[in-house]
Amino acid sequence: MTTTPLAPASEEALAEIIRDHAARQAPLVIRGGGTRPVGPPVTGETLTTTALAGVTLYEPEALTLVVAAGTPLAEIEALLAEHGQRLAFEPMDHRPLLGSEGVPTIGGVVSANVSGPRRIVAGACRDTLLGARFVSGKGEILKSGGRVMKNVTGYDLARLMAGARGTLGVLTEVSFKVLPAPETEATLVARGHDAHRAVALLSRALGSPWGVTGAAHLPADLAGGMSETRIRLEGREDSVRTRGEKLVRHLGGDWEMVRAEDSVALWREVRDVLPFAGQAEAVWRISLKPTDGPVFLDLLERNGLSHHAFLDWGGGLVWLLVPEGGDAGAALIRDQLAALGGHATLVRASEETRRAVPVFQPEQPRLAALARGLKRRFDPAGILNPGLMEPAAATATEHS
Amino acid sequence: MELPAPDPAILARRDAILARLREAVGDEGLITDPVETRAYECDALSAYRCPPMAVVLPKSTGEVSRVMRICHEEGVPVTPRGSGTSLAGGALPTADSIILGVSRLNRVLEVDYDNRFIRVEAGRTNLSVTQEVESDGFFYAPDPSSQLACAIAGNIAMNSGGAHCLKYGVTVNNLLGVKMVMADGEIVEIGGPWADLPGYDWLALVTGSEGQLGIVTEAVLRILPKPEGARPILLAFPSNEIAGACVADIIRAGILPVAIEFMDRPVLEAVERFVGAGYPECEALLIVEVEGSEEEIDAELARIREIAERHEPIEIREARDEADAARIWAGRKSAFGAMGQINDYICLDGTIPVSRLPDVLRDIGDLARKYNLGVGHVFHAGDGNMHPLILYNANDPEEFARAEAMGAEVLKLCVAAGGCLTGEHGVGVEKRELMPAQFSRADLEAQMDVKDVFDPRWILNPVKVFPLALSAPRRERARAAAPSPGRAA
Ligand SMILES: Cc1cc2nc3c(=O)[nH]c(=O)nc-3n(C[C@H](O)[C@H](O)[C@H](O)COP(=O)(O)OP(=O)(O)OC[C@H]3O[C@@H](n4cnc5c(N)ncnc54)[C@H](O)[C@@H]3O)c2cc1C
Repeated sequence: MTTTPLAPASEEALAEIIRDHAARQAPLVIRGGGTRPVGPPVTGETLTTTALAGVTLYEPEALTLVVAAGTPLAEIEALLAEHGQRLAFEPMDHRPLLGSEGVPTIGGVVSANVSGPRRIVAGACRDTLLGARFVSGKGEILKSGGRVMKNVTGYDLARLMAGARGTLGVLTEVSFKVLPAPETEATLVARGHDAHRAVALLSRALGSPWGVTGAAHLPADLAGGMSETRIRLEGREDSVRTRGEKLVRHLGGDWEMVRAEDSVALWREVRDVLPFAGQAEAVWRISLKPTDGPVFLDLLERNGLSHHAFLDWGGGLVWLLVPEGGDAGAALIRDQLAALGGHATLVRASEETRRAVPVFQPEQPRLAALARGLKRRFDPAGILNPGLMEPAAATATEHS
Repeated sequence: MELPAPDPAILARRDAILARLREAVGDEGLITDPVETRAYECDALSAYRCPPMAVVLPKSTGEVSRVMRICHEEGVPVTPRGSGTSLAGGALPTADSIILGVSRLNRVLEVDYDNRFIRVEAGRTNLSVTQEVESDGFFYAPDPSSQLACAIAGNIAMNSGGAHCLKYGVTVNNLLGVKMVMADGEIVEIGGPWADLPGYDWLALVTGSEGQLGIVTEAVLRILPKPEGARPILLAFPSNEIAGACVADIIRAGILPVAIEFMDRPVLEAVERFVGAGYPECEALLIVEVEGSEEEIDAELARIREIAERHEPIEIREARDEADAARIWAGRKSAFGAMGQINDYICLDGTIPVSRLPDVLRDIGDLARKYNLGVGHVFHAGDGNMHPLILYNANDPEEFARAEAMGAEVLKLCVAAGGCLTGEHGVGVEKRELMPAQFSRADLEAQMDVKDVFDPRWILNPVKVFPLALSAPRRERARAAAPSPGRAA
């Protein structure tokens, strides 16, 4: 069954739809381009922001971009590139991994707080987000933050919206601090290291003053027979070269320098999790203390969970491929994290598994209660992506 | 500035409440002597003062939790305090509140270079965090000018920034996790030495919430490797407009300096008079600092020089060595002090889009003439965070009132230019009533909804941030609903 999604062309029209649905308690599935279907399946009428598109304001000399939430990400990236700038957080494209189709929008990027390998230095999407306009579940048009880089006027509801996946409000406009794009990039590649040795090298590189902007490790089974430890440098041509030389001396051993477009391809592979694209098995995204990355993988091995995995963020991000069966390893994975610290998201799995297994890491009871409290305030009718992020039902003693 | 009348029910139970607090933190953790509590009657916005009922200085998270449980039960307002350097009255107490200070919570708990973080208790001063790691080649990036005194707790509450935020961001970009005591005393941990949060972004909500959502007792902070070197260049211009245009051109050229600082003539004159900085005679001065290896610095500075030369500079002075660099920075670092020598001043903190710098500077000049007051500018130009200093005579109440009125107009001007009321100092009591200039009623109600969820009894800094009349119904509802022993008695 496919019905045409609701696609309001103005903030006011969007607010009207939400007010109407709230009055009827009719649930809405909130979409940007629909390319990042992460989370348990949600049912309701689909509402998409794609008709809210366009650049409101772009001032390269102020490093500022304000855009409507439904604007295609690719359009934004092209515009910025024309002016030698970019979104620093390097948003992942989920389509290859999830087999999804459609056009990623900037609102979707913000809602899911998407980032990429450069997150280790540039932060996630929320770090360069300066402000947002959104419509709450009550149908009120609200704003927070603005378009300036420093702003502590009132609570930061804009960043609250980032990563809230449309459960507290529907984004209509977002503003960013953009950054200059470097002249070029290069990647240092070392082969044959195990994960422990690789993360030790990556930590050393990230602790150096030479501006590492990517630090990943792919084991032999995912890198064509010989493991690859990758370190990215960006900047002016001569600076990249000399910093590369200094790093190699600092780290020791053999490093090959891969340049320009070839380097870009290496990081696209990491960013978009291409080693796990086009397969049927479940994929987890695990964020933990970087040096715990290899420790965590050892623990999985010891507990007999068959898997493939690679590391980004200097070891702090584990991309994990496991068989779909049972709980897709959820209990085992989260038990290890309970001891180590960190959190795991089931990014890819069948609908059935995503219904049965908590996709997002369950929070401490008090934080879960706060989440329910916010949901009740911002979306009292419970119509925005119901069930997508809410922890299990509230207890009787909680009140809003 | 108005503070609501203290709650007589609380004042009536003062002795009983203090006895319970004494039990929780011992004699050494409780200050009730009116002479001693006077040190806590204001923060750095010293025009506003009010002695608290008592000052409580716990020495562990557990003690903070016990204190909060008591205050929650008793319905006693709590004014959280780090080092009291807030410029917005964020740490200003009310007569029926206790100050809950975290200054004795100041230990370093963990330093981890492999994972590039440090875990500290929140009362630790900002500078001492960097000092803890700098001999090993690391630093903590947010560096407010008050860093010798201010605490990480206050930095988190105000989302503080510093001279280097253009490149490294502000507190929210460098904070990985907190331990926090909720209004009812429950202890929660948010985040940790890893990236992102699994659910809603509690860290972003807490950062900049001005002590209204919980008491932060520990923080996990990102530390960064120190650059190989850094060097400033000084650019002197014949007008504010030209200096502003040069800033825009530097950024448009794809250069991201770590700092771009701006000073105008009144500030330059004060600096010259009091520290003899030896700056060139000019209307506007920029200090631009870049980082990297020697060769990289040379290359960047050459590009900046080339851009500046297109703007008819009066003088360009490049630091050749450390001593040169220190001389260039000396004047900037003493600017606030030098201005203070000349006059009392109100330091504003509005932020504007960088592209609007020249016209906003001009409009502020017009306002100064209209109000017949002096104004000076010294600020972070790269990120548009202005700090207009409005000069007045503190012994003349009429002039103070005029200065405050002009301040309010300047901040509204910043909002109208696409900016905001406060970039890094916070709203506190100072800018509370101006919030409707930036936010709609619904925007503010949504923010107060968040406060309701975290602090349903409105005991944490209840009379700050929101216009009093707007928060009154919620504060009164919370008070009426609270089964406070005070009111039951
Ligand atoms: C000379 C001078 C220069 C300054 N320069 C800068 C600058 O460059 N950049 C900048 O950003 N600021 C600057 N400031 C402002 C001020 O230093 C910052 O706001 C600082 O972060 C306040 O820290 P504090 O520890 O003194 O906090 P306090 O003044 O004690 O409190 C500030 C706020 O934090 C709350 N709070 C305190 N402790 C806690 C806690 N444990 N949990 C929850 N809330 C808490 C308080 O209730 C209050 O609302 C300057 C101030 C001065 C006096």
